[in-house]
Amino acid sequence: MNRGAVATAAGYLGTRLGQALIALWGVTTAVFFALRLSGDPARLLAPQGATAADIARLRGQLGLDVSVWHQYLNFLDGLLHGDLGYSYVQHQPALGLIAQRVPYTIDLALSALFLSVVFGVGAGMVMALNRGRWPERVLMPVVLVGQAMPAFWTGILLILLFSVTFRILPSTGYGGITSLILPAVTLASLSAATVARITRGAVLEQLGRDYVRTARSKGAGTARLVVRHLARNVSVPILTVLALEVANLLGGSVVTELIFAWPGLGQLTVQSVDGRDFPLVQAIVILAALVYIVVNLVTDLAYAFLDPRISTLGKAAGT
Amino acid sequence: MSGQKVTGRTGRRRGLIPAVVVVLYVLVALCAPLISPFDPNHADLVARLSGPFTTVHGHFHLLGTDALGRDVLSRAFYGSRVSIAVAAATVVVSGAFGVLVGVLAGWYRGWVGVVVMRVADIALSVPFFLLAILVVAVLGPSLANVVICLALVRWPRYTRIAYASVLETRERGFVRGAVAVGAPGRWIVTRHVLPEVLPLAVVVATLELGLMVVFEASLSFIGLGVQPPTASWGSMLSDGQNYVASAWWLVTFPGLALFGLVLAVNLLGDTVRDRLDPTRSVSRKPFRRRGPGRGGRAPGWLRPGGTTGPTAPTSTAPTSTAPIPTAPSGTSQEA
Repeated sequence: MNRGAVATAAGYLGTRLGQALIALWGVTTAVFFALRLSGDPARLLAPQGATAADIARLRGQLGLDVSVWHQYLNFLDGLLHGDLGYSYVQHQPALGLIAQRVPYTIDLALSALFLSVVFGVGAGMVMALNRGRWPERVLMPVVLVGQAMPAFWTGILLILLFSVTFRILPSTGYGGITSLILPAVTLASLSAATVARITRGAVLEQLGRDYVRTARSKGAGTARLVVRHLARNVSVPILTVLALEVANLLGGSVVTELIFAWPGLGQLTVQSVDGRDFPLVQAIVILAALVYIVVNLVTDLAYAFLDPRISTLGKAAGT
Repeated sequence: MSGQKVTGRTGRRRGLIPAVVVVLYVLVALCAPLISPFDPNHADLVARLSGPFTTVHGHFHLLGTDALGRDVLSRAFYGSRVSIAVAAATVVVSGAFGVLVGVLAGWYRGWVGVVVMRVADIALSVPFFLLAILVVAVLGPSLANVVICLALVRWPRYTRIAYASVLETRERGFVRGAVAVGAPGRWIVTRHVLPEVLPLAVVVATLELGLMVVFEASLSFIGLGVQPPTASWGSMLSDGQNYVASAWWLVTFPGLALFGLVLAVNLLGDTVRDRLDPTRSVSRKPFRRRGPGRGGRAPGWLRPGGTTGPTAPTSTAPTSTAPIPTAPSGTSQEA
């Protein structure tokens, strides 16, 4: 790259980072005010039979007795200092509570992502390379079924099959690698199916290109064709769908974690929303939005490396 | 790949079976009170947790009963109403709003476009489920709120498509031509731009439909959707999960119903996409751009004494009298 290109790339990165920050600010602000509309946590937290004075005092303790704008400024101030507030219910820093749960969710999400990449890309490749033959005829219905199975039903059926009927895998809780299998498979099933379809489509499109014919005519076998010629060309659409799937995995983990009583972020989310635990909900939303934004940013940058023809500058102007 | 016969023999047949299945589901939802053997909320504690094909004091339960002795088949029938109503309403609301906003953003560009697209980005950057849970928590769980919440989460999909499509369409010959002839913005958008955008929106909508069925069930599953007495497939599954070790039918049949609907809708969505997707050549255009209506006469804003057009033409008429009356014949029509 010459210096001009580096400068424009840096400028693009700056623009993207600025947009990401604005998006993050927008999300936190929206969540902040939405939560304030959702009801008074002091009333929920106060024990039964608490007097109006007790509730008012509790409100003061929680910092809810000042105007909403004042609260908002306090919140932003804390945010800039890396302080996301204290949980109303558990009286601990929100960030600390999240940090306890994050490893479990990461375990689950990464195993699911791994499964969906391996099986999704693998199945997609096999289907595309064997178009119209038996591997595709077998795999395609599987993929369609996988796409139509809601995560919670898959999870319950897996429990029914492997925990209740065969008694070989634990159905709930966290304890070693065996307890990870069912939740990970549940979470991965939908995204694996989606990835498989996208991969199939991408490979089929590339197979019609001239360079594939040229490579074939020069005697390249299927393995060489896939590794040397196809891999890089199909990686862009696959990467796009994977970036979207990461967000889905984070979201889908809520239901999956509830089914398998998995002690991750999803459970914490539902609990904190139920309990009107404002600081905790805010912290979770900020974290989730941050992950999503970073994943998208990294994906956009990865495009440029995978396919130099994609001008990241052009993308900055449009959508 | 694009040139292959999309509307060939297999193509036609591919869409038929899913369409029939979807129609069947809709019929069941509409006729639920007529075809349900029992009241879906009637608890019969004597018959609780009886398996499929059992008869308890003269009542035959084809798919068994749940923990309160309610008939699973009847509840599954009624559950289809919730799923279909929520999914359809969500797609319509989010689609209409998303397309409207996206078209406005693409047409006016400038700060309108920037604001709309940034808000869409923000809405997209929160994991959907978190947002859905938040919205329901704020508004309180109910059928209408589930629709609002899903619509709030999903409208950016349509907006992005519409925005990109409008940006592309507005540079094409027939739109530039219409602008050159002096057509008012509203006319160009409704007659020339929208017909280009709508097929894309319909494709997104059909692909979204299945997802919405799943989302509604997921919300009901975690207790944020339809509230207890009302039957919904999601809440039936979450109730049944507690008895997964003893009553397999409670988790099997509602799930099967859900799965069947989603599968059929997804397959239908694929067919619709294959037919409408402009990147594949399709012989018949489903949203055909009509010629100038009213029996070939020029639209109101083009005719000399046109009183129908409330906009510019009257003010420009005095300065340039000649060109406008001669223009009408076929200018607004794309070749």
